[in-house]
Amino acid sequence: MQKTDSSDIQKELKTAWSEAPSLEGSREAYLLHLADNSLILSHRNSEWCGHGPVLEQDIALTNISLDLIGQARNFYQYAASLIGNTDEDQLAGMRPERAFKNLLLVEQPNGDWGQTVLRQYLFSQYQYLLFEQLQQHADQQLAAICAKALKEIKYHLRWSSEWVIRLGDGTAESNERMKNAVEELWRYTGEMFMPAAYEQEAQVDIVLLKDAWNKKVASVFEAAALSVPGDCFMQSGGKTGVHTEYMGYILTELQYMQRAYPGCEW
Amino acid sequence: MNIAIKKFYYGDIPEEKGGTGNYQSTADSHAWPLWEIFIRSKQGLDHKHVGSLHAADAAMAIENARDVYTRRMEGVSIWVVESKYISASNPEEAGELYEPAVDKIYRHPTFYQLPDEVNHM
Amino acid sequence: MPVQDFEQVFQDKIDGEIKIEPKDWMPDAYRKTNLRQISQHAHSEVVGMLPEGNWVTRAPSLKRKAILLAKIQDEAGHGLYLYSAAETLGMSRDEMIGDLHSGKAKYSSIFNYPALTWADMGAIGWLVDGAAILNQVMLCRTSYGPYARAMVRICKEESFHQRQGFESLLVLSKGTDEQKAMCQDAINRWWWPSLMMFGPKDSESTNSDQSMKWKIKRKSNDELRQQFVDMIAQQIKVLGMKLPDEALQWNEQRGHYDFGAINWDEFWAVVKGNGPCNKQRLEARRKAHEQGAWVREAAMAYAAKTAQKKAAAAMQAGALEMA
Repeated sequence: MQKTDSSDIQKELKTAWSEAPSLEGSREAYLLHLADNSLILSHRNSEWCGHGPVLEQDIALTNISLDLIGQARNFYQYAASLIGNTDEDQLAGMRPERAFKNLLLVEQPNGDWGQTVLRQYLFSQYQYLLFEQLQQHADQQLAAICAKALKEIKYHLRWSSEWVIRLGDGTAESNERMKNAVEELWRYTGEMFMPAAYEQEAQVDIVLLKDAWNKKVASVFEAAALSVPGDCFMQSGGKTGVHTEYMGYILTELQYMQRAYPGCEW
Repeated sequence: MNIAIKKFYYGDIPEEKGGTGNYQSTADSHAWPLWEIFIRSKQGLDHKHVGSLHAADAAMAIENARDVYTRRMEGVSIWVVESKYISASNPEEAGELYEPAVDKIYRHPTFYQLPDEVNHM
Repeated sequence: MPVQDFEQVFQDKIDGEIKIEPKDWMPDAYRKTNLRQISQHAHSEVVGMLPEGNWVTRAPSLKRKAILLAKIQDEAGHGLYLYSAAETLGMSRDEMIGDLHSGKAKYSSIFNYPALTWADMGAIGWLVDGAAILNQVMLCRTSYGPYARAMVRICKEESFHQRQGFESLLVLSKGTDEQKAMCQDAINRWWWPSLMMFGPKDSESTNSDQSMKWKIKRKSNDELRQQFVDMIAQQIKVLGMKLPDEALQWNEQRGHYDFGAINWDEFWAVVKGNGPCNKQRLEARRKAHEQGAWVREAAMAYAAKTAQKKAAAAMQAGALEMA
């Protein structure tokens, strides 16, 4: 992967609209993509804090949010060290929406508990398989971050897949709700396997990833009495900064303090 | 199916003693049962009772215990048992159960006076 | 044994600093007082998650967001420990939650105040948790075993809460003028409600006397409040901020700080449901519980199904062995 000049990202930070071609295919862009995924999903999960269906699960989901923030911070910090003259909070708090590279899946609203655990499962399943590859990456720092995260993700995967099965195979109502959740979220899963320029540089075997993901999801869905949807049109764009309308509101909250009081210590 | 498990099972006192409250459950029937949690804080130590929590089944109880009771690296192993399966001795039988041990002081090493030369036996 | 003898044995245990355990005989009123107090305490932890939860998605940095989440998560844990302790007295968590939602059970009124700026997160940690900790440290020695054990665990975990609150205010106090003003404003708004947390004056408190005799409580409301004022009046100097009380002054003779009169009308108004956020807080709790009903139900249904499958498999295995 090529190294990017720090002025390039500064340019990207400022130009809300452009595709910032200078970042395309760069390692920094890939790190930001990984960081944004974790950040935005942790943000969504953290909206549950204090509102979970039962105390024990409130605590469990908050644990996952905390793990994801930790991952995001590691990636942002590493990205910041390559970009120079910025830090994790500027990267999270000052970039415009069009510069965010997270998957559309992770920005989708929480919906009910079923939709939240399904979103977590679909993502964790992907993240697990992806990070298994990335922990072998030639970039040792990237590999180390992924190896550390993998232990957390293993637990997220266990927790979320159990919930998907439990709710899918629970009551008639819960099964119905899970079907709706699948219907709601499935169209955002295809994007995981449509590589952006920066991913091609990362040398991840997308075909392998896709096959493994499909197999795993099929087996969990089967245990959950859910059927895997047939081919449908997949939404995409998140990886290159074209998001759903929900994203702007996420950032409005997430970036409120950084933008209202720029340059402050907290 | 009412599965609201109360800690009445080992936390109650008999009705006729007149010391009990008269709270009745108005619980919804889907409340999860209570589990007692035991945690081994490190290899080589016993599992120790740390508290309780609610879960739908044993697997969930273990995961909940992990999230609730080991957030600060408090444990390396977890046991869970549904509270209703705990049997407890009756405190009113404490006399006959435990007091007979009081005068068996010959069970303790300090009962035996040995000459100084073998003091570390 | 007649009831009077049981009562004597019970009081002797209390006087001898022997903890009361769930199966032990205890007077009705002792059970009820503990149940009320522990469940209220649990409700306070859980409702207390809401004002801070209000800032989770707007935390100013990723580090602060992680700290805040971890702290709120601790509060959920503390609520859980306390519900468990209360359950040993014979009431299910579900019932207690029902009482909270019906308005029958109370929780600490402090959480009916709004968290308006980021500085409120610091002020809540420093002042509200600071006040709570004084009460909780005392409760580590309370006479009911499960309550005391829960408090020991809670105090261990809480120690970071007050520190992080103070530290986050300290950063503001060294920041820009806007940050300093934010800091002072939060202290102004949270100071008096924090003093009210200790409850009515000793001369007006209905529960204190018997609670002292039973060693449920070991210090009076006024004693704890004074201890709090003395502590905060010192710590605020480090922040370079002011407490919003003109009457606050060191009294050499008493060896304590004097402080101004608390607005008890406001206190009772908030207790009775007329605080700025009473309605909103209860609604949030009710909504979470109601919207979680199908989740709890499905989990039980699934657990029953898998248990049945397991039993059937075991039967089949047994049958094979026989054959």
